[in-house]
Amino acid sequence: MPKIPLSWLAESVDLVPGSSPEDVAAALARVGLEEEGLYGPPVKGPLVVGRVLSLVKEAQSNGKTINYCRVDVGEFNDPAGPDGLVRGHKPDHQETFPPSRGIVCGAHNFVEGDYVVVVLPGAELPGPFPISGRKTYGHWSDGMICSARELGLGEDHTGIIVLTEMGFAAADLSPGQDAIALLGLDESTIEINVTPDRGYSFAIRGVAREYAHATGQTFRDPAAIDVSGAPGAGFGVEIEDQAPVRGTVGCDRFVARIVRGFDPTAASPAWMKARLEAAGMRSISLAVDVTNYVMLELGQPLHAYDLARVSEPIVVRRARPAESIVTLDDVTRVLHGEDLVIADSQGGRGERAIGIAGVMGGALTEVSDATTEVLLEGAHFDPISIARTARRHRLGSEASRRFERAVDTSLPPVAVERAARLLVEHGGGVIEDVYTDVNNVAAIEPIEMDVDFPARIVGVPYTAEQVIDALEQVGCEVERDGEVLVVTRPTWRADLVAPINLVEEVARLQGLEALPSVLPVAPPGRGYTHSQIARKSVARSLAEAGLTQVLTYPFISEARLDEVLLPAYDQRRDVIRLANPLSAEQPLLRTALLQTLVDAVRVNLGRGAQDVAVYETGRAYLGRLVGAVPATYSGGSITPDDVEALNKAIPGQVRRVAGIMTGNRVAAGWNGHATAWDWTDALAMVERVERACGVVLEVSPDAGERFSTSPFHPGRVAIYRLEGQIVGGAGELHPKVCENLGLPARTVAFELLLDPMIAVSEGVLVTASPVSQQVLAKEDFAFVVDAAVPAGALVEAVLAAGEGVVEDARVFDVYSGPQVGEGKKSLAINVRMRAFDHTLTAEEVLEVRRAIIAAAGEKCGAVLR
Amino acid sequence: MTDLSPLDAAGVESAVESALAAFAAATTLDELKDARLAHTGDKAALTLANRGIKDLAPADKAAAGKAMGAARGRIGAALEARTAELEAERDARVLVEEAVDVTLPVSRQAPGARHPLETMQERMCDVFVGMGWEVAEGPEMEAEWFNFDALNFDPDHPAREMQDTFFIDPPSSGLLMRTHTSPVQVRAALERREALENEGRGIYVVCPGKTFRTDELDATHTPVFHQIEGLAIDKGLTMAHLKGTLDHFAKAMFGPEAVTRLRPSFFPFTEPSAEMDLRCFVCGGEDAACRTCRGTGWIEWGGCGMTHPNVLVAAGIDPTRYTAFAFGMGIERTLMFRHGVTDMRDMVEGDVRFSQQFGMEI
Repeated sequence: MPKIPLSWLAESVDLVPGSSPEDVAAALARVGLEEEGLYGPPVKGPLVVGRVLSLVKEAQSNGKTINYCRVDVGEFNDPAGPDGLVRGHKPDHQETFPPSRGIVCGAHNFVEGDYVVVVLPGAELPGPFPISGRKTYGHWSDGMICSARELGLGEDHTGIIVLTEMGFAAADLSPGQDAIALLGLDESTIEINVTPDRGYSFAIRGVAREYAHATGQTFRDPAAIDVSGAPGAGFGVEIEDQAPVRGTVGCDRFVARIVRGFDPTAASPAWMKARLEAAGMRSISLAVDVTNYVMLELGQPLHAYDLARVSEPIVVRRARPAESIVTLDDVTRVLHGEDLVIADSQGGRGERAIGIAGVMGGALTEVSDATTEVLLEGAHFDPISIARTARRHRLGSEASRRFERAVDTSLPPVAVERAARLLVEHGGGVIEDVYTDVNNVAAIEPIEMDVDFPARIVGVPYTAEQVIDALEQVGCEVERDGEVLVVTRPTWRADLVAPINLVEEVARLQGLEALPSVLPVAPPGRGYTHSQIARKSVARSLAEAGLTQVLTYPFISEARLDEVLLPAYDQRRDVIRLANPLSAEQPLLRTALLQTLVDAVRVNLGRGAQDVAVYETGRAYLGRLVGAVPATYSGGSITPDDVEALNKAIPGQVRRVAGIMTGNRVAAGWNGHATAWDWTDALAMVERVERACGVVLEVSPDAGERFSTSPFHPGRVAIYRLEGQIVGGAGELHPKVCENLGLPARTVAFELLLDPMIAVSEGVLVTASPVSQQVLAKEDFAFVVDAAVPAGALVEAVLAAGEGVVEDARVFDVYSGPQVGEGKKSLAINVRMRAFDHTLTAEEVLEVRRAIIAAAGEKCGAVLR
Repeated sequence: MTDLSPLDAAGVESAVESALAAFAAATTLDELKDARLAHTGDKAALTLANRGIKDLAPADKAAAGKAMGAARGRIGAALEARTAELEAERDARVLVEEAVDVTLPVSRQAPGARHPLETMQERMCDVFVGMGWEVAEGPEMEAEWFNFDALNFDPDHPAREMQDTFFIDPPSSGLLMRTHTSPVQVRAALERREALENEGRGIYVVCPGKTFRTDELDATHTPVFHQIEGLAIDKGLTMAHLKGTLDHFAKAMFGPEAVTRLRPSFFPFTEPSAEMDLRCFVCGGEDAACRTCRGTGWIEWGGCGMTHPNVLVAAGIDPTRYTAFAFGMGIERTLMFRHGVTDMRDMVEGDVRFSQQFGMEI
């Protein structure tokens, strides 16, 4: 995002006197330009002008030759002795010099008497790179003579800066003089975030305008310069877009202008380099620096071609099949048919691509240190075309960032003029009078808006004058026709297309601080839904049972499905894949919560916990994609049929709850022994969830055809069904699963589909039974059954036999052993009976007892022990 | 020992005094029992004297009986009183002896806890349900149309590129993991638009839930996070109502002094759009070294604005008759600054010690 050097900003708008960089940032934030960073001057001094007094070349054993220099740095010189001389740091300390400092320097592009830039100990160069005195090559080097690159003033590090070669007059220089201000390194910079609707703020020009809006200071448009000469038959340019993107021709304006007789060796002025650097760009050469400088200032990306290498005419067209280009960064890029290119006519009209339009120029025609004739390009490109190309080639450039946010269509000739003048000013040469301006920019459609519309939307009673004033400030032309305003947006505000866009301008210019605070009154609501209440109840119930809620990411690896032993037929293999996973190792979405909840258990175990009981409420995603969803609609309302089609295409993502427990449920203590979490606890958690949802599930050890007992121990799992459909399982994890996932043996778990469980109790009202006040009768039974008979079946038989009288039947003991025989077990059941209207007589109790025994025998083969 | 005569008033008095002294001297219920047997038992002087009344001359019997009755009455009363005293002493001693050390750890089952991101969402929803708003929900794996098109995202909007959004494979499926809870706004509006048009029932909903973006996990980013969004559609709603709603919400979450500020911004689905800042509830903007607001006095809390007419049109609502506002904030971010959480990773790694700090409510 753009970095705005404040001195540059101040050229186009007077900063409020006494403003700190923070104040400027705060003012910009008020109108919607958020601060992303504040940067102080890049160099912390002392950085001073030095004059080289002596220079002794010393050959070193490593083959290098270094210079031991004595440099006069004025008030920063070493303290002089009584003889007016200073001592060196050689071992004998006897050598004397005129007032100066000793500095070792490896560069050789300077001689005695040159004015150089010296950074002294205590200073800090960009990097940050703190400077201190140090011993090197047998000398004490008391600072550093700087190159342009070390100061962030360009790429040149072949030699140190000689100030007179940079354009400074020796008469203006004196040893010890502050070089920070001299070189423009005293700049504070604000980095701002430019939202997509405000592309014009990607330049000093736009930010200055916004600062003026925020503070009422006067804006001076840096683009308000006269364009010299006249458009006409300049360098030939033709626009031939054979395949406009979304119906828009890729280029609607192209200005080309020639500067002849340019000195290719001319250097960029220091101030320009410093500003480019402060704005985050590097100095390259005068021609390139000038185009970048004007882009940063006005917002119009420019390109400079070596005229000698470009064959007339230029043709702006879409790339051809398999066409490729070597861009300025020396990368060969194979183009896509939708990429807009600038081509010249070497080898035939429009045959050779010499740049990717609006994104990056080509290497073949770039300006070099031999270029004396420059062709400047200032064009306007379709934002969408540029954005697609930049993304396609992962080539976000300073130019593309601006073009994709829409550039002012009036700028091309102005920006080219400004660049040409800077080139001539610093590199000599002549601007050709006649220039090319292919201009197909469409006329701007005015917007009609009721004058009170902003007040109706914002809730502030703006007057017509306030509305008009705000719109005129942002550059609109406004005509009032009764209660209707006819508004024509400025060329730099392509985002203003509808009345609501104008409302935003009025609101932000008049200030959002002005908003009153009015609490709207909603109609009486219906409260939480049944599902929302039940889910909260489930979550709370499990936490109260000692489980801790955690959240895990839904991403899993292919291997995880195998680790949890899912067989091929299991529906949890209907896995959905991400097209662009964060990690290539985890490209899938979980098809059950337990698949990722195990990771949370491992985190806790890894951090020293031994007893871990966690649960998660959330979604898993599974199902088969039904095919392409209609991806986009061309605006307008969606129809109910479309909504239905979309919803059908979205795979299942039922809400679930799952828990995992390992270690001890009850810790050992002074008042008792430890109790481990076991399979019964997992089933008990399911009972809690059932209760919270208001539903009773069918329990069995059997999984279905599309569902396996994974990840559970097949002999220690309860599979739950609701109306015949499997909704989950609970029990011990499969020993192999524990082993695969590094969990302790006998870790227990459960997982349930919450949505169907909750849906069943939606709208179901409990019909209260009266509470009997008669005396309770208790009867105990000990039945011997085959070991395979589930206790639940026996209890069910008992309850059925005593219907109307039996309140409850509960297994309180299970025994198997020699006393009941091989393959048998004994189930002890306590039955509680009570009639509603009278106390049961002994005969009645006996009768129920007989009925129970008979039914148990009949349905379960049970024999009373 | 000479038998005590029931007519020997002095002797009887002496025997009574001696019994009363013995009762008083008893310090335990056992000693009292011994004293009782000694002074009221079969062999006791007074018992024998009482038994001797029948042998007296008839004229003396009445006086003797009366004297003995009085004597026995005094003894009985004294015994009863002393018994009560000693029993009370014993009971008190037992309670002291049975005392336990209540500072010992009693519960051996570790308590569970809710995850604070969940309880935070519930608390936020409570604020709005209290105002008559409803809580709307929608799928996490969502159609691109709901996530982007309906929300006025241009087909070429950068968010549609794979840098930010998890797309479902194959990309032609038109499905993604929702990048915000805003698609629920559109769903909620679609579901309620008939009541809006036919009954004039304004739509006021909040949409909490999980959202996804392709950010690597670090101290301040997580690819899976949570948002809550609000949407109000009604006749005559303005940005002032948005501000009023945000102020109320801020006060409910951060106390009666909470103040919000709006700054212009940009979102495709609102216009005008704004960023919402909360006056720092820790320092009130008074502390340049405040860690919560980093000395700026304001905490960025979320985004908001007037719902873009194109969004209302997408949901079949006429923007010339109704206006709407929307706002949204990150639950993680709210948790971070409200509770001083400094590292996002603590929320997502599943270490129970993080949730445990918050207990059952937030």
